[in-house]
Amino acid sequence: MAYDKFTVLIDTAVPLPTENVDTDQIIPARFLKATEREGFGDNLFRDWRYDVEGNPKKEFVLNDSTYSGKILVAGKNFGSGSSREHAVWAIYDYGFRCVVSSFFADIFKNNCLNIGVLPVTVSPEFADKLFAAITADPKTEIEINLPEQKITLLSTGESESFDINEYKKSNMQNGFDDIDYLLSMSSEIDVFAASR
Amino acid sequence: MEKTTLFDKIWDSHVVRHVPAGPDVFFIDKHFIHEVTSPVAFLNLEKRGISVKYPYRTIATPDHNVPTVDQDQTIKDKLSRMQVEKLRENCKKYGIELHDLGSAHHGIVHVIGPELGVTQPGMTIVCGDSHTSTHGAFGAIAFGIGTSEVEMVLATQCIMQSKPKKMRISVEGELGKGVTSKDIILYIISKISAAGATGYFVEYAGSAIRNLSMEARMTICNMSIEMGARGGLIAPDETTFNYLKGRQYTPKGEDWEKAVAYWKTLKTDEGATFDKEYQFDAADIEPMITYGTNPGMGIKVKDRIPTTEGMEGSNKTTYLKSLDYMGFQPGEPVKGKLVDYVFVGSCTNGRIEDIRAVAEFVKGKKKADNITAWIVPGSREVEKMAHEEGLVKILEEAGFELRQPGCSACLAMNDDKIPAGKYAVSTSNRNFEGRQGPGARTMLASPLTVAAVAVTGRITDPREVFEN
Repeated sequence: MAYDKFTVLIDTAVPLPTENVDTDQIIPARFLKATEREGFGDNLFRDWRYDVEGNPKKEFVLNDSTYSGKILVAGKNFGSGSSREHAVWAIYDYGFRCVVSSFFADIFKNNCLNIGVLPVTVSPEFADKLFAAITADPKTEIEINLPEQKITLLSTGESESFDINEYKKSNMQNGFDDIDYLLSMSSEIDVFAASR
Repeated sequence: MEKTTLFDKIWDSHVVRHVPAGPDVFFIDKHFIHEVTSPVAFLNLEKRGISVKYPYRTIATPDHNVPTVDQDQTIKDKLSRMQVEKLRENCKKYGIELHDLGSAHHGIVHVIGPELGVTQPGMTIVCGDSHTSTHGAFGAIAFGIGTSEVEMVLATQCIMQSKPKKMRISVEGELGKGVTSKDIILYIISKISAAGATGYFVEYAGSAIRNLSMEARMTICNMSIEMGARGGLIAPDETTFNYLKGRQYTPKGEDWEKAVAYWKTLKTDEGATFDKEYQFDAADIEPMITYGTNPGMGIKVKDRIPTTEGMEGSNKTTYLKSLDYMGFQPGEPVKGKLVDYVFVGSCTNGRIEDIRAVAEFVKGKKKADNITAWIVPGSREVEKMAHEEGLVKILEEAGFELRQPGCSACLAMNDDKIPAGKYAVSTSNRNFEGRQGPGARTMLASPLTVAAVAVTGRITDPREVFEN
């Protein structure tokens, strides 16, 4: 479905430097039983966030009130494993609008783009700078500028450009999704299908 | 003429339109759906007021959350029941073929697709499940998609995809005794890491791959996603054609001949180039097992867990966090460690050949007292064959508990959960934290290694049990 438009986001960020965070950690399988898209945020990182009795684990970053914001800065190979889009629904439902990492798993990245969460890939060096700046001062603001394809650490002015294809960029800026595009070429698909 | 790869041939023939500075509009021949990743897609179709474009190109089965006991009764878990009922409702409403619980071809979606002969060379196949890569064993482009894309396929039979880069992984030579295709893929992932093929689509080649059965090839392609690849495929050959011949959905008579003639053209041209190539020697591969919390953390059963030498920063922290979760120390051997559960099943190793291998190994033996042994066939068809071949009797005499088909303890969405802190050696595909239940500690291995562990109660190299 059409989603929020994304242009420029300036906000503080939540750091999660752990590497290889798979989608089973983002949303464990036992919470995939809903038949609607809303409400997954409560179980985002469930088993890292809560103990077996459901008490918050103090050491986990989402339970640390010094960190907040719509940007999640994550370790490399974020979102590996299962194709469950529920992982991105949980991230969105919790309140994040952008995930920054030096490396994303493929399906996860596609899923992000398909629901309007912007995945920003930065160099490992820039990711390290972000982690260091955020932990030194949790009030550090980061600017994500989609039209200019630029991410800036506002405290120091250091920035880096990021890649996104023109088609997806335009979709994100306008809040369009792929189905709108595909439905507009229905007869072309019919002709193709008839040949198969 | 331009030299192209098998992957190029299939991909390029399915592009409806190239979007300038964007992805390809990619046509999907066959679409599998299950109860967990499809309900929101159908809900969104309704919100948009549109229907399913080609219902006959989609096939459904409930597998992820279903109980593996009493499948003839109403599902007790309310949320699971609602998802399965939603699937039934949606299939009925849109005229989609459903292989429901209890029917002759119910099972894990990636097991029944090939069994029915729906999966064929040259096709494009997707499903809202990352292990859709399994179908690549037939020389198809098959990969997992998210729910938004499930909706796209239902609505338009297309998705928008950027063409991945190409990788070839060749394994040459003969496999040693006690070494299976599961060991090949765990070995490859341990060498190139859990993210080593991200951005790529893999072609598996070489004599060691060509000599594998279809079941064994499916195990390899199944785990392509575990090194980050979108999918993996193997060129179709006589082994493929023999497997497919006479199955329910494969062409018959003259159409069969025509299909085979086309399928024979589906191979990588000599001299075609890949973006990346790896070569491995089959003789270097031995029984493998994972010791950590991603499938790249694998070693030979006889080896020690790697030390932290050379690691620093978040890499080292992540590694130690993983070992801490598993209750292991860097540098220690895994062999001889006590185990609590063994699980034989899943879309990776829940086919008849896997059950045969386990049964042959444990015949006349008993499982160790400290082991709870679950065996979950991938489909009703596999279950039926296991009964007919006398395998169930052998397994039950050895102390294994046979359950009904489904994804089961591979992802523990149903009641088949490994308790917190317990060790399970599993034939499935993921050893992530909590994958087999909150706090469960999973070690991935081949059906043979799992059988050896069941008998000894400890991490064991299956070749040592053969020798005794």
